[in-house]
Amino acid sequence: MARMTARRALFAVPVLLAVTFGVFAVAAASPFDPVKAYAGNAGLTASQETLDQLRANLGVDQPLVTRWWEWLSHAVTGDLGDSAVLRQPVAQVIGERLGWSVLLAAVAFGVAIVLGTVLGVLAARRQGGWFDRGVSSLAYTLEAAPPFWLGLLAMWLFALKLGVLPAGGLTDTGSATVTFEQVARHLVLPAAVLAISQIPWFVLYVRQGVADALEEDPVRGARARGLAARTVLLGHALRSGLLPVLTLIGSRVPELITGALLVETVFSWPGIAAATVQAATSVDFPLLAALTVLATIAVLLGNLLSDLLYGLADPRVGFDG
Amino acid sequence: MAELTWKSTGDRRRSTRAWRVRGSAVTVAVIVLAVLLVPPLVQLDEQAVDLAAKLRQPSLAHPFGTDDVGRDLLLRCVYGLRVSLLVGVVAAVVATVIGTAVGAAAAASGGWFDRVVMRVVDLFSSVPHLLLGIFIVAMFSPGVWPVVVSVGLTHWLSTARIVRSEVLSLRSRPYVDAAISGGASRLRVAVRHLLPGVLPQAGLAAVLMVPHAIWHESALSFLGLGLPTHQASLGTLVQSSRGPLLAGDWWPTLFPGLCMVIATLAIAGLAGAWRERLNPRRRSELML
Repeated sequence: MARMTARRALFAVPVLLAVTFGVFAVAAASPFDPVKAYAGNAGLTASQETLDQLRANLGVDQPLVTRWWEWLSHAVTGDLGDSAVLRQPVAQVIGERLGWSVLLAAVAFGVAIVLGTVLGVLAARRQGGWFDRGVSSLAYTLEAAPPFWLGLLAMWLFALKLGVLPAGGLTDTGSATVTFEQVARHLVLPAAVLAISQIPWFVLYVRQGVADALEEDPVRGARARGLAARTVLLGHALRSGLLPVLTLIGSRVPELITGALLVETVFSWPGIAAATVQAATSVDFPLLAALTVLATIAVLLGNLLSDLLYGLADPRVGFDG
Repeated sequence: MAELTWKSTGDRRRSTRAWRVRGSAVTVAVIVLAVLLVPPLVQLDEQAVDLAAKLRQPSLAHPFGTDDVGRDLLLRCVYGLRVSLLVGVVAAVVATVIGTAVGAAAAASGGWFDRVVMRVVDLFSSVPHLLLGIFIVAMFSPGVWPVVVSVGLTHWLSTARIVRSEVLSLRSRPYVDAAISGGASRLRVAVRHLLPGVLPQAGLAAVLMVPHAIWHESALSFLGLGLPTHQASLGTLVQSSRGPLLAGDWWPTLFPGLCMVIATLAIAGLAGAWRERLNPRRRSELML
């Protein structure tokens, strides 16, 4: 296990190098000019000399590879540059917000996995039955529904119409301190919407996996030996039916990040998403670059997690992948 | 817990599946006809502002209600679907062309080139699509074309994988060996023997990509990084409904999203039926 983790960490290095270089290459190919972005409105009236000086100070006149290497060697020491739009060091922006994003995503992902597995097993138990058809149709429909739309509708229903949950933010307006109780209340809606947007995949995968497993020989054998239906379903079918789900956990991480980005925007959750959108609308390159790398790291971690789980769950699969 | 049932439910499932396909076909036909015919035939101005009729509830005169400046939302939704479908189809075609070219080139040349290309594909899949899309759009300023390009550039990976494995399996078929030993040139083998085998899979991937692309466009537009807000698309319609929604008016939000869900389900339903014919053994209930 440790060996596989170490090997993956080694593999992550070239991936991250390539991703960061790609980010710099896209920026270099785009019409975006860091000097104009840095100078803002003052840049319109500044003399050419001042602009050239600024260009030299920012190191923009250097070739692409030099700038990339410069950024990289600073990034390794924890210096990710400064965010122009938020007027803070990028590392600080991320540090302040990452925890809230991780909290939201982790709660939602946990709920989606547990609820998705339960619904999937119940649906697979009687394929073609009314419960199965209801759950599957709902899953297909939710699969097609964009999370931001679900979020807006949920906000309308629960916050505006019923008034049972707050519409957004982390704490009540006017409250200066962040208490556990307030955060928990404000977390319910965004986490529920994010979970619901992820559930369809888990339901459909578990359902398919368990339904396929129910047709397998070991399961038939268990039934022939007269084991109880519950034992067959949970002890035999679910065990092999869950394997594809472990892979799914890893491959859903990018979608989870995407969903979190949209849900956070809907509910003004003070996580990474707001910073991403602000960085993108005002073309804040240092922040955008750091966030892209951060998301890539999260995806790689998700892949590692899913492979580790797979190795733990299925003894036929070793840890030497 | 009830007894597990082992009786076959095949017949009933087959008939519900047939109805699902028929329903999808009719829905896709209605949507395509609406977005093609309504704008030239109806000659109504979707931008016509009528402040006297702002934020009307859905009624016979306005089945989807009106928005905050009195524009008819049914008309706006048709125009939005038109733009979203156009963006989706163009982006899907771009992604499929890139994916097919990359996948076919990798499979056909094999060796180190194949390995390098597939590594690059793995690499691209490590970055969340939407974030990459946001990055590209931000760097190249929002608008229709950056959105199309960003969706096209981020969605070719799965097509490349599918096409590659398809070409690899086709290449080992006897008729390809026969053509090569018969003296056919590489180009002739590629065009006459490999391409026709790959096209259905690539076409299917393209159709399945359209809902993805629409989803992407709407997400970018919703974040304010896609199409300009006056340009009705399903994403911009939801985006501009946030104000009315906070005042308690639900219909400007509900209907554009509903259009998207219905269009996605219909396209995916048709594509699913097509996939079952192409890969009958790998029957899957998963659509997207």
